[in-house]
Amino acid sequence: MNWLMAIIQTALFVALAPLLMGFLKFCKCLLQNRSAPSFLQPYRDLLKLTRKQPVISEDASWLFCVAPYIIFSAMILAASVVPFIAIDLPTSAEADVIVLVGFFAFARFFLALAGLDIGTAFGGMGSSREMTISSLAEPAMLMAVFTLTMTASTTNLSGAIEHVIQEGLILRPSFVFALFALILVAIAETGRIPVDNPTTHLELTMIHEAMILEYSGRHLALIEWASALKLMLYGVLISNIFFPWGIAESFTLSALGYGFLAISSKLIVLCIFLAFAETAVAKMRLFRVQEYLGFAYLLGVLGMLSHIILESTR
Amino acid sequence: MNIESQDFYTQAILSMSALVGLTSFLMLGQGRLLRLIFVFALQGLLLTLTTGLCAYSLDNPHLYISAVLTFSLKVIFIPWMLQKQVLEMNMHRDVEALKNNTSVMLGGASLMVFSYYVLQPIIHTSSMIMLNALAVSLSVVLLGLLLMISHRQAVAHVVGFMSIENGLFFAAIVSTNGMPMVVELGVAFDVLVAAVLFGIFFLHIRTSIDSLDVDLMNKLHEVDK
Repeated sequence: MNWLMAIIQTALFVALAPLLMGFLKFCKCLLQNRSAPSFLQPYRDLLKLTRKQPVISEDASWLFCVAPYIIFSAMILAASVVPFIAIDLPTSAEADVIVLVGFFAFARFFLALAGLDIGTAFGGMGSSREMTISSLAEPAMLMAVFTLTMTASTTNLSGAIEHVIQEGLILRPSFVFALFALILVAIAETGRIPVDNPTTHLELTMIHEAMILEYSGRHLALIEWASALKLMLYGVLISNIFFPWGIAESFTLSALGYGFLAISSKLIVLCIFLAFAETAVAKMRLFRVQEYLGFAYLLGVLGMLSHIILESTR
Repeated sequence: MNIESQDFYTQAILSMSALVGLTSFLMLGQGRLLRLIFVFALQGLLLTLTTGLCAYSLDNPHLYISAVLTFSLKVIFIPWMLQKQVLEMNMHRDVEALKNNTSVMLGGASLMVFSYYVLQPIIHTSSMIMLNALAVSLSVVLLGLLLMISHRQAVAHVVGFMSIENGLFFAAIVSTNGMPMVVELGVAFDVLVAAVLFGIFFLHIRTSIDSLDVDLMNKLHEVDK
């Protein structure tokens, strides 16, 4: 029963990821006075891309063709680890939050290799930028997550979230810092506006787009879907760790329905917030990203410090 | 001394102190003057909220007066005055290039650790809230000093100075449950007078060296070296 639930939940997660992307685009269009596409546009794009024949360069090795599948499956595995509607999952007992960060790193590694594989200047540039950013973002993310795991004294995500729920509403200074750190890291890692612009194809500024420039057809569809999944993963992670109320603790139908409603409203609020942030903030120069991520790391360290000093038993 | 066992008031004060510390860090990394002044006003707002919370939970009505004073001075008047001066002197478009921003930030983090370390001995004699409030306010004071060292604009120095005062005020509110009214009024008017005096100083510095960048002060030798 538990395994069945885990599989259903992961399938739902994967299926809903493009919808989140569509909703985000919708919000941004409304804020920027443009006429918005339908929520379902990402699905139509994915369908269109899967029908088209992929064009592969003569210089591409097998790695180039395999990479999209690896990235997509790594993201699905990551999605299965994060509690989405219910918490008591066998998958999150198998793999804890460090494995989750590992999945992200694994997918990123193959994406960077695929960017380098084709031998174009853009691919290499994008890969090197992505690795620079992720090498700075990963410690900050781990710091933020460790604050949670030290509070709950487990690295198991389900266990940690359950711990937060059972404690009830406690204002923790360390969680405030960890929340801000995780939001900053999420923005950097999913390539949203102050760090990277997901809609640009301007050669000097693109990071993620530069790596996937050579992809087409179903390969591109898989990569786009994987990045939608990544956005949703971070959204679910932020909302379920810091505001876990409403998540289903048992597998009854009403609890699950309530959990689904809760997580969707949390994601909607998060999306609106992100759309506002993306409209108000300008993209920063690449060389300022290290300051930005340094600040995220600082927040993570402060969260950890205030956990150790302010909150723990002495 | 677990946070789970504390009442809601203590948790709220602890979160407030964390946020006050955060605003100090935000000020430290801010190169734009107008945004610096805005974050300063935000810190003042957090102080006001803390004071109001103390007044409510300790049932101490004169703290409300103190909260109103803090709000009118540190959230409205001083930021408004500084902003007006920045706009008048046409400095709002300058972005100060901060040297070694990352190392200054990490230095700030170590100052925070240091202030906890310094206050470690009083752990046994005081409540948890007192210790933390003192530690955070000490680090706000130290971060204000670091802000004054790392920035070059005179306006940023004034903001750093005022945030030092904020740190002291926070410590006073939280650890002594509010000072006597006379002291608070005195401090409030001191701050007011200081703000007005700084305005005059700005004018003087500006007329004598034609800028508010204090690094240029080094060039005031009679003979060029």
